[in-house]
Amino acid sequence: MTDTAQPLAQRHVLWLVLSLVMVAAPHALRLPWWLIALFATLAAWRVYIGHVRIPLPNRWLLLLIVIAATAGVYLGYRTLFGRDAGVALLVAMLGLKLLETRSLRDAMLLIFLGYFLVITNFFYSQTMLTAFYLLASVWMITATMVGLHYARTEPPLRVQLRTAGVLLAQSAPLMLVLFVLFPRVPGPLWGMPQDASTGVSGLSDTMTPGSIANLILSDAVAFRVKFESEIPRAKDLYWRGPVLWDFDGRTWTAPRFLYGKPEFDPGGKPVRYEVTIEPHYKRWLFALDLPGRVPPRAHSGSDFQLLAFAPVNSRQRYDMVSYLNSTYGVRESRFALRRALALPDGFNPRSVELARSLRREFPDDKALIREVLRRFNTQGFSYTLSPPLLGTNSVDEFLFEVRSGFCEIYASSFAVLMRAAGIPTRIVTGYQGGEINPMGGYMIVRQAFAHAWNEVWIEGEGWKRVDPTAAVSPLRVESGIAAAAARSDPLPLLVRGDFALLRELQMTLDLFTNSWNQWVLGYTPERQRLLLAGVGMDDATWQKMAAALLIVTGAIVAVLAMLMLRRLNARVRDPVKIAYLRFCDKLRRKGLPRGPAEGPGDYARRIEQSRPDLTPAIAAITRLYVALRYGAQTGADRVSELRRLVRQFSA
Amino acid sequence: MYAALKDRFLSRLFQWGGPRSGTIVLAQRRVFILPTRQGLMFAFVLLLMLIGSTNYNLGLGFVLTFLLGAMGINAMLHTFRNLANLRIAAGRAGPVFAGDIARFTIHVENGGETDRYAIGLTHDRKEAVFIDAPARANVPATIGIPAPRRGILRPGRLTLFTRYPLGIYYAWAYLELDMQCVVYPRPASPGLPLPPAASSPGAGAERGNGQEDFSGLRQYHPGDSPRHIAWKVAARDQGLLTKQFSGRAETELRLDWALLPPQLNTEERLAHLARWVLDAHARGLSYGLRLPGATVDMAMGEAHRERCLEALALFEQGGKGMNG
Repeated sequence: MTDTAQPLAQRHVLWLVLSLVMVAAPHALRLPWWLIALFATLAAWRVYIGHVRIPLPNRWLLLLIVIAATAGVYLGYRTLFGRDAGVALLVAMLGLKLLETRSLRDAMLLIFLGYFLVITNFFYSQTMLTAFYLLASVWMITATMVGLHYARTEPPLRVQLRTAGVLLAQSAPLMLVLFVLFPRVPGPLWGMPQDASTGVSGLSDTMTPGSIANLILSDAVAFRVKFESEIPRAKDLYWRGPVLWDFDGRTWTAPRFLYGKPEFDPGGKPVRYEVTIEPHYKRWLFALDLPGRVPPRAHSGSDFQLLAFAPVNSRQRYDMVSYLNSTYGVRESRFALRRALALPDGFNPRSVELARSLRREFPDDKALIREVLRRFNTQGFSYTLSPPLLGTNSVDEFLFEVRSGFCEIYASSFAVLMRAAGIPTRIVTGYQGGEINPMGGYMIVRQAFAHAWNEVWIEGEGWKRVDPTAAVSPLRVESGIAAAAARSDPLPLLVRGDFALLRELQMTLDLFTNSWNQWVLGYTPERQRLLLAGVGMDDATWQKMAAALLIVTGAIVAVLAMLMLRRLNARVRDPVKIAYLRFCDKLRRKGLPRGPAEGPGDYARRIEQSRPDLTPAIAAITRLYVALRYGAQTGADRVSELRRLVRQFSA
Repeated sequence: MYAALKDRFLSRLFQWGGPRSGTIVLAQRRVFILPTRQGLMFAFVLLLMLIGSTNYNLGLGFVLTFLLGAMGINAMLHTFRNLANLRIAAGRAGPVFAGDIARFTIHVENGGETDRYAIGLTHDRKEAVFIDAPARANVPATIGIPAPRRGILRPGRLTLFTRYPLGIYYAWAYLELDMQCVVYPRPASPGLPLPPAASSPGAGAERGNGQEDFSGLRQYHPGDSPRHIAWKVAARDQGLLTKQFSGRAETELRLDWALLPPQLNTEERLAHLARWVLDAHARGLSYGLRLPGATVDMAMGEAHRERCLEALALFEQGGKGMNG
């Protein structure tokens, strides 16, 4: 059936419903239940209508459902635009369009919408698994489309799937070329909707007891790092993130604005690396302490927080340089130092008292710091991932009663003690450590590596990093979180890494994922330029790329056409006939073609009349041909003799 | 002027050159291809997908868009291949009466190794018949063309087309085959009674009673009047036999143009003559036809009937045909 207005057969309806359900299925995890029920009902209704052959429902009824569904989406999402509401609306409308699908033309529209629905799945997941699943869906939709265009025979399932598979498989080379060469425009074109970020864990600009401990439970990748220079030692792997200055007794907060300029004195050799950060929908960019450069489209203040201009809504890459032994903040402003000493009144009185008594005992700042760290180390403090809940005076409770906690409470307590003793202190959050993927040669930093530490300001030396957690549990910094955590602590299996085989498997998988991210998902305009420069196409403007694209596309289409149109003519397999046709061809070129109904004998007699000189040769060939083709004679030597005669024949 | 130029341009472009006898091979430059409305819609959806992928930076979105785009290009080859290198030969077209549908048959030969599906044949771009041509097969396709007037009907320029496999391209080829169909005048209904028959010399039967005297049975021939079929014999499962009546050979009927009422015009006369021919044939009479400038001698049987009707069809046509 290829008349576009012709009504749709039930088998086509079934194919359509099946492929649409397949494409919409991943959305079921995210859509409200009533929408899933609506879609399922509409699909089942359409199949039933096709089955019992009753007319499609009234337009007014459908319009009513449209209005109800739109209202439902609006009530659920508080908007009709944006990503999530848009997907919900699209699914609802697809279900309704099914009930309006009468003819081939409607079915084609549904198929195109189905393709579009495939792409909406990529808003939420772009993993290899998703890619395979949706490739299968695309195959299914295409098979549906192919099925619509058979006229008489309803093809068996196998043929329909094979035709669609061949179509898609033959498109792969051209797809690759388009992917690499199609001139890319840096997005976004009109801005991401706000709802593009939901439920992604990561560091935030505040810290309360327990906020980082929650991150520890996630083995999600925060970013991956490819070092160009030597990989630093584990204890130097402090990835600097939000810097927290202000404490209200419970929560530490990062300033809302950046102050000053990032000024520093580089010490030691630079560490060069490339960071590929996963989207976390905040503006932080991470770099090894201390970042010696600000990535493009980002800025930084005197406390060296790297902030992108826009939230990191997609995977991003940036080149970084860090200096591990640099001096910074020697000439810190009085305003900043006062801020780094502020403590809320009325909180943690016992800690403040302890700090003051220590101050009287140790007038030297460094000696005081050493004493506090010594106490953390020797007075029965322990490191745990599941600390008990703390009350209003969290630092008091921790220092004098519980004495077991996670890095955040150590950093918080240390900062309170220092500030009470008159030493300017701030908290730096970020990640500590990283695991090397031995196969890929790059480093993975997971959310589980989240960490908090302190920086104190020493007259004449500037800000210095102090990690009180390291005083309690040196293993945390030396060997990573898995070594420091007690066996009973809940840590993701992959972070702990007990099973060598599992770990190897996981590293292989991560290698694939990383290549996938770098080359498929992260193929940005910059990467395109780099790649093209690598193959000798410097300064690739879009005109050049378009020209290259046209040429390569033309070549591929030409090769495809040659392969596909090759076997359309009837092929002659009989060697005897091939030889005779060659003989006829030689004569035809001399202006003596054989008539369509002319037998070999008649033809020979006719030629002999006009070209008596050829008589012996023609007679021999014709006699042999007739004998071989119509007579009882066979034999390879006779056939080769005919071939020889034809070869020698010349008109 | 403009129309003439356009006509010349089109006939250059599509290589129209009047009907051809023999086999047409759909060589590659005889097959044309354009995107359908659905194809344009597909391109539009792809454009939307490209914009969406750019805006949301969807790497896989690009992969999908380019995969479908490549498939769109690839489908062009598939649609084209579905028609290319077919061999088309004209078949027979049986005569019909004016007002009926003339059926023209062409033979589509697929000599290659690839199955061809959903090939349509149309003469007016509105109604089409579809055939499938499997590999190494010869498939007939029959198209019905209305025959409004008597004379010679030529199918004109037929179009062989396909949208397989995706429906986003329309590939077509023009067929200008040398085919024709004789269209008999539509018999007048009701007709005038048959003119009186003349007794042939030497036969003793009374005129007009050839219907009365049963003389035996013979094998049924198509065209025999149902009234003369021996139904009782047929009911005994002995096959269809036609009753023969004595006197039929002796009754001679001359169907003459001049016997018709003078107030009738040419076409009406032809219609009445056609009715007479049919009636006379149905009664198993021997009859002859006389028209101004044409005469068919006295005879009987199928072939004779056709000859008479053809004479009526071609009366004053001067060999000119008409295109359907």
